[in-house]
Amino acid sequence: MSLDLALNLAVLDWFFEPLQFAFMQRSLAVAIMVGVICSVVGSYLMVQRLALLGDAISHSVLPGLAIAFLLGVNIFIGAFIAGVISTVIIGWIHTRSPIKEDAAMGIVFSAFFALGITLITTIQRDNKIDLNHFLFGNILGVTGGDVRDTAIIAGLVLLAVAVLYKELLFYSFDPLGAQASGLPTGLLNAGLMVLIALTVVASMKVVGVILVLSLLIAPGATAYLLVPRLHQVMLLGAAIGVFSSVSGMYLSYYVNLPSGPAIVMVVSTLFALAFLLSPRHGVLVGPGRARPWRQLQRLLRPGL
Amino acid sequence: MVVTSKIMVDHLSVNYRDVQALRNINLTVRPGKVVGVFGPNGAGKSTLVKAMLGLMPVVTGRVTYGDDILAHQLDRVAYVPQRSQIDWTFPATVWDVVMMGRVKQTGWFKRFSAPSHQIVQDSLERVGMADFCDRPIGALSGGQQQRVFLARALAQQAEIFCFDEPFVGVDQKTETVIFSIFRELAAAGKIVLVINHDLGESITNFDQLILLNKELIAAGPRDWVLTRDHMTRAYGGHVGFFGHVA
Repeated sequence: MSLDLALNLAVLDWFFEPLQFAFMQRSLAVAIMVGVICSVVGSYLMVQRLALLGDAISHSVLPGLAIAFLLGVNIFIGAFIAGVISTVIIGWIHTRSPIKEDAAMGIVFSAFFALGITLITTIQRDNKIDLNHFLFGNILGVTGGDVRDTAIIAGLVLLAVAVLYKELLFYSFDPLGAQASGLPTGLLNAGLMVLIALTVVASMKVVGVILVLSLLIAPGATAYLLVPRLHQVMLLGAAIGVFSSVSGMYLSYYVNLPSGPAIVMVVSTLFALAFLLSPRHGVLVGPGRARPWRQLQRLLRPGL
Repeated sequence: MVVTSKIMVDHLSVNYRDVQALRNINLTVRPGKVVGVFGPNGAGKSTLVKAMLGLMPVVTGRVTYGDDILAHQLDRVAYVPQRSQIDWTFPATVWDVVMMGRVKQTGWFKRFSAPSHQIVQDSLERVGMADFCDRPIGALSGGQQQRVFLARALAQQAEIFCFDEPFVGVDQKTETVIFSIFRELAAAGKIVLVINHDLGESITNFDQLILLNKELIAAGPRDWVLTRDHMTRAYGGHVGFFGHVA
């Protein structure tokens, strides 16, 4: 056997070995779906400067999750309802008082988060649930039911974005112009909040509520440094999200790292690379920024 | 064909938080004229247009176009916000932005039609931006950005065109292009309402003026509005402006 072939086989082996386990198949399936929808929906958050809202919603799902668990309801549904309620309260405080939106978010999400932690800590004494799984994800523990629920959510989210793409593009670029053209911008905004809440809920198992912001923002932000149009940002972002999720899982499998943080570290590294090296906006190579870099080269090599 | 429809503003008052922003405005905007909305900073110029279109709540009064409330007929309106209100780093090309002018007309769940593509192409050519259609909007000059917004308004094929400060930070060429298109729109029987604050030479491009300072000072033909008395009431004391003072 030639060395080449042996190497190839080793790589294939490396790739396929984890897939023989059903739990890894399920985890990878969920990680891929979440990588796609987080990047797509997160692109809207990024362009609307609402990154903090993604953080707010993700922290706010905890109490709903705990209450759903107590009532014996699907915890996805409880988490979703709590996420939506938090955005409604944030909007309410921000429109009915002189409090600014970011302050309202800070108040509401920390309150919900504290309530959630309190509830879960109380419940977990008597039950077999673990607060850490919600905070940091527990992707290796996904069940067949989780895969099904994630697939349903991912299908709904992608369908909604595809169908409402042109309206959401107009609204997120120029809300006033969109409203003045007769589009129901209140409904569009509410729809967007629902999509974000659904996406956060689907992502809980993968990265947990604390790190989900990374999967929402970083893939889209990385793609934004590389391509100029929103649908391209979403498509490339989805590819980056999937690559990060899958390679994070493999890192987790082989190096025995916690999977959520591993995924987040991969996507953050990709962002750092784009930030430094993007042909369009890279700090080191982008147009207009080339000069300081060349000057530095010249300084280092005066002969040039 | 309702070419002669006009906008009637009837006893319009608007509060912004607890402060009265506009007090009892009554005026009529007729088609076929380039109408300028003038007044000092904070006079409520933008507020007037937004309130007319129902983009912000009003305390009292109604605004009609033809036989119905204007805010119920927004598909007949093209509104261009101030350039400074827009995030120009948004990931979109010139084409994407002008295409937004076709969103409402296209309707839910539908793709843009071939005629819509043609309308967008024609609009871009009218403002001299056809060569830039694939350019990211962040890579445009201020004047080019404003012409892209003008093309978007044209693509809406509206009856009423409202522009908020379209001449801020634009080059001479863009100003000329914009005024000549305003002129064409007026000649085609459209309503053209332009918020402006520059009292310089360009004021002669407006047929009619609405002079505002929280309340209506004067509205009508340019030379009739531009009197020293009106200007003093709007701007208080010292103001130099181009034009004849009666």
